[in-house]
Amino acid sequence: MTLVNEPVNRPENKKKYCRFKKNGIKYIDYKDANFLLKFVNEQGKILPRRLTGTSLKFQRKVAQAVKRARHLSLLPYVTDSLK
Amino acid sequence: MQLKNYETVFILTPVLSEQQMKDTVEKFRAVLKDNGAEIVNEENWGLRKLAYPIQKKSTGFYTLFEFKAPTTIVNTLEIEFKRDERVMRFLTTVLDKHAVEYNLKRKKGEFKKAEKQEEKA
Repeated sequence: MTLVNEPVNRPENKKKYCRFKKNGIKYIDYKDANFLLKFVNEQGKILPRRLTGTSLKFQRKVAQAVKRARHLSLLPYVTDSLK
Repeated sequence: MQLKNYETVFILTPVLSEQQMKDTVEKFRAVLKDNGAEIVNEENWGLRKLAYPIQKKSTGFYTLFEFKAPTTIVNTLEIEFKRDERVMRFLTTVLDKHAVEYNLKRKKGEFKKAEKQEEKA
């Protein structure tokens, strides 16, 4: 057994990027619940920026859109099995 | 007076019949027009399942209005929503220039293509 630590090839080492900046999306639609699903976890909580890589400007807009969708019952406030 | 772009979505209770539902939508269309709104777009999403129960109902009729109107309209409209028992939920938002652009595309049905692009990326 070797005592040298071998480098681990983690797929998550890939650099994160803001999908809105990259794709030139300027408006996040609160009516599109399927799209917003990408930014919430299984319990319906909004994912942090450190996981999704979204820039601060768009994270604010994502949060606003998710909250609007919840108000209109397009997304749940609390749940256990969203995905 | 200053005109702004607004969008309003409201949920009607599922106990209404098809005709009653249409009458209610018609009523709010009249409210908008009487207050000097120019309706840009109107969508009826039909009976949809709610993500969580509202007033012990698990479905509702969704309707969307996009309109251009003086700023005083929001108050009038929301009071009407609150007074009407058939309305379970409503949301009125101001549209910025990006939103107006997006809604134009959405109306033309381009947003389906956009979804596919998103999947690739």
